[in-house]
Amino acid sequence: MFAIFQYPFIQNAFIAGSIVAIVAAVLGYFLIVRGLSFAGHALSSIGFAGAAGAVLLGVSPIYGLMVFTVAASIAISILGREVRERDVATGVIMTFALGLGILFLSLYHGYAEQAYSILFGTIVGVSRDDVAFTLLLGLILLILIAIIGRPLLFSSFDAELAETRGVPVRALGSIFLILIALTISITTQVVGILLVFALLIGPPATAIRLVHQPLRAIILAIILGLAYTWLGILLGGNSPWPVSFFITALSFGVYLPVRLLSQGIDSKRSAKGFEKLSMTDSALASQKDRND
Amino acid sequence: MDTEIQEPIIQLERVDVQLGERIILQDINLSIQPGEFVVILGPNGAGKTTFLRLLLGLIQPASGSVRVLGQTPRVGSHLIGYAPQHRVFDSELPLRGRDLVGFGLDGHRWGIGLPSRARREKIDQVLKEVDGLELADAPFGQLSGGEQQRLLIAQALLTDPRLLVLDEPLANLDLSYQQDVVALIDKVCRTRGVTILLVAHDINPLLQVTDRVLYMARGHSAIGLPDEVITESNLTKLYGSPVQVVHTLGRYFVVGAEV
Repeated sequence: MFAIFQYPFIQNAFIAGSIVAIVAAVLGYFLIVRGLSFAGHALSSIGFAGAAGAVLLGVSPIYGLMVFTVAASIAISILGREVRERDVATGVIMTFALGLGILFLSLYHGYAEQAYSILFGTIVGVSRDDVAFTLLLGLILLILIAIIGRPLLFSSFDAELAETRGVPVRALGSIFLILIALTISITTQVVGILLVFALLIGPPATAIRLVHQPLRAIILAIILGLAYTWLGILLGGNSPWPVSFFITALSFGVYLPVRLLSQGIDSKRSAKGFEKLSMTDSALASQKDRND
Repeated sequence: MDTEIQEPIIQLERVDVQLGERIILQDINLSIQPGEFVVILGPNGAGKTTFLRLLLGLIQPASGSVRVLGQTPRVGSHLIGYAPQHRVFDSELPLRGRDLVGFGLDGHRWGIGLPSRARREKIDQVLKEVDGLELADAPFGQLSGGEQQRLLIAQALLTDPRLLVLDEPLANLDLSYQQDVVALIDKVCRTRGVTILLVAHDINPLLQVTDRVLYMARGHSAIGLPDEVITESNLTKLYGSPVQVVHTLGRYFVVGAEV
């Protein structure tokens, strides 16, 4: 079973997959807390156009992915200032990008295979150079999120309150979307555009259900992401089925029972209630009379 | 009350605030002393929130002078504690009560912020002060409105502010929880000697603890003792339309205007 690790392409897949699993789990945590799952989905769809365009120009899809997703994240920041507008602006930009993607693909001959690999990922096609690039970008992303993480979380909780404490709320939101764009770009290499959510949303969504303390939730998300990726590569490498399938199946297969079970716990908890007995009238009456 | 003359905590002189073309506040003059408990009343759109934003340094006046704690207001001041208007939080918000309160201490700082004993003790201390220690590890989104409000107040206390700005802490609370929160704020005001500025829709739950009332309507304001300010002639002038005030059973009812 572990014999597959003697092949260089499996080693590359393993290293790149691990880096991506960690970065996606951490950034995905903030994505969920900020309620930006849809923007995450849209950015990966927009990445499709970028990857297709890069293929048409004969360069590595990762560059097209980065250019398109970063440009789109800036556009979303500018157009979607209000939460209400954000999903609309995001959706409009996404459909336009998907249209561009179709155009690029139709201009490119030999299109089926490339499209397939952009959409569903080719983790076993990752080269040494790809690994080095993923490692570099992954490290930069982790350092940046470590720096902005706390104020970002604060502003996700209450933007106005964070603003009064001097947090540059708007700038942080825009920077965060760019970090997400870059995360999606490297994640796409492993699981493909359509399946980015398996690593970006699946692990943190599961972790949040199990633990509420932010740092612990992030660590659990990393563990889950790594487990899905390693198991996926191991299972995919030993079977004719694709690695992407195993990763997504694991991500869904763990999320579903956790979601269903934790729902039961939550409703029980609120039924029991944290409600404190309200103050009695006599207690209130004994409050000092300030009219002196 | 000590009688020595102190520098006011808040001083506004001939302040106008404009948002775009619209005049939100016009010719506001007032001064608030240290340790005062001031309730801000007025209809929706009267400029109450704008007034708070002005004091917090989030907006600038078009003209006039605003001094808070002897300075021009600016964001990031640890001397001002702020609890925002209560809203409905996502019940799945993945933060515990303790995490939220901790934002008040260091949420604005860069970096990860590793847990430490000193930090934990500081947070426990304010949790105890708001009688919310048992809420520390509960998911914030699953607490009741009154419990969330207590934690929002705890969050505002962490930097030992001299001015506490509370935007509608009683909104959407049942009567018994309102009394609970009022008693808590009163206790904080007295034990810490902190100035309280509290926006409310109804003065009645606060009558026992209020020093003065700041009544705002149509961008104008009047400040004074409740029975000086909440009078028919005063409010009719403020609203610009006839208003009746019924003062009975130790309560005020304002009739004839959209309150």
